[in-house]
Amino acid sequence: MKFVDEFRDAELGRALAAEILAAVEPGHHYKFMEVCGGHTHSIYKYGVDDLLPENVELVHGPGCPVCVIPMGRVDDGIAIAHEPGVIFTCFGDMMRVPGSNGSLLEAKAAGADIRMVYSPLDALRIAKANPDREVVFFAIGFETTAPSTALTLKRARAEGVRNFSCMCNHVTIVPPLRALLDSPDLRLDGFIGPGHVSTVVGARPFEFIPADYGRPVVIAGFEPLDILHAIRMILAQLDEGRCEVQNQYKRVVPWQGNLRALEVMAEVFELRPHFEWRGLGFISQSGLKLSDAYAELDAELRFAVPGVRVADPKACQCGEVLKGVIKPWECKVFGTACTPERPIGTCMVSSEGACAAYYNFGRFAREKEAV
Amino acid sequence: MCLAIPGQIAEIVDETNRLAQVEVAGVRRTINVALLESDRSIVRGDWVLIHVGFAISRIDEEEAHATRLLLEEMGAEYEQELEELKASVIE
Ligand code: SF4
Repeated sequence: MKFVDEFRDAELGRALAAEILAAVEPGHHYKFMEVCGGHTHSIYKYGVDDLLPENVELVHGPGCPVCVIPMGRVDDGIAIAHEPGVIFTCFGDMMRVPGSNGSLLEAKAAGADIRMVYSPLDALRIAKANPDREVVFFAIGFETTAPSTALTLKRARAEGVRNFSCMCNHVTIVPPLRALLDSPDLRLDGFIGPGHVSTVVGARPFEFIPADYGRPVVIAGFEPLDILHAIRMILAQLDEGRCEVQNQYKRVVPWQGNLRALEVMAEVFELRPHFEWRGLGFISQSGLKLSDAYAELDAELRFAVPGVRVADPKACQCGEVLKGVIKPWECKVFGTACTPERPIGTCMVSSEGACAAYYNFGRFAREKEAV
Repeated sequence: MCLAIPGQIAEIVDETNRLAQVEVAGVRRTINVALLESDRSIVRGDWVLIHVGFAISRIDEEEAHATRLLLEEMGAEYEQELEELKASVIE
């Protein structure tokens, strides 16, 4: 328990770990999925999994928005970036995500005008400052981020900024969870629900998990103690035969979510019939596109987008990692051909990705030592 | 872009677009606060979590400090997020 001393309240951490140990049934192997990449990060940084009994396993879910962008979308983005007169803007995290023929960073080196922005509003400002250029914003993220893009598009339309458009890659959190629950390779006992996404969507969208699949969900904060506490709450539900959505992160997440944010999203976006997820394949009604009212700001309609579908590289096992079927270090190229400097798969790109989290915190070395 | 970082509202600078100056780790930047204003307006002194230039939740001061500590312990990623925020010019 060497990491517990780094917790804000080490004593509480020890107490929770002891309660968890007391609550598990020795013969049962528990698998809990933490949906959000922020949780994955905290778990590795603080060694939360080292505090858990052997028979409690944490599976890393698909909640890192960078990790789920398929190669075809990166390729499409690069194609737009190479169009004459285009300034292509995206979050810094997207720059190194590999497409089938290099990343946005490589496209930039090859001469495309690609700029990193902190906010979609920065992209809009760039558009207003460059009226003779076409400025495209490559939007990514779950419901945490989508309302920000939506408000930016609302403003662009209200102000009549004609040279601004958005390539929308926003995704929604519920469909991939349902897909995972339907997947035969995976048996989960409960979910640590995502913190920030829930500030927008609230707790209600997760109610199908206990209702249809009989699994508890506890929405959790990002401190290691929050995660331990959530695991304790899931175990209590299992122990008492309860099954429901609970909110451990009340101090930030309102049960009903953010109605204003949901309203703006509903106005600006509509569901795509299908959207491809890296490693998970096509999931129906899981991605957002601009609604008809905003079609004039849709980069996919303004530019010729190849829209080709590219299979994930053979060596890449991101899909299995995203589904929690294998641990990052079990991927054949982990830490050798695939590193944060030269990622093959997306889980290695963002610090929230399971592979990068393992790699950065030296978990690979530790697992090897243990073998 | 996945981080949500705490900041304190210093002043509203654009009433129409609901832009506010916010103080984050010693720097002042402009963010949009419209997402949090369905029940009451954001005012000077409020603490919020900021994500990609937008306030996404109201928090209390204690939570803001706890979150800041957690982020500071992250090291490189938080530094980078702050760098990106510093480079941001929202108008
Ligand atoms: S090591 Fe690389 S290729 Fe393998 S699963 Fe992780 S990110 Fe994907």
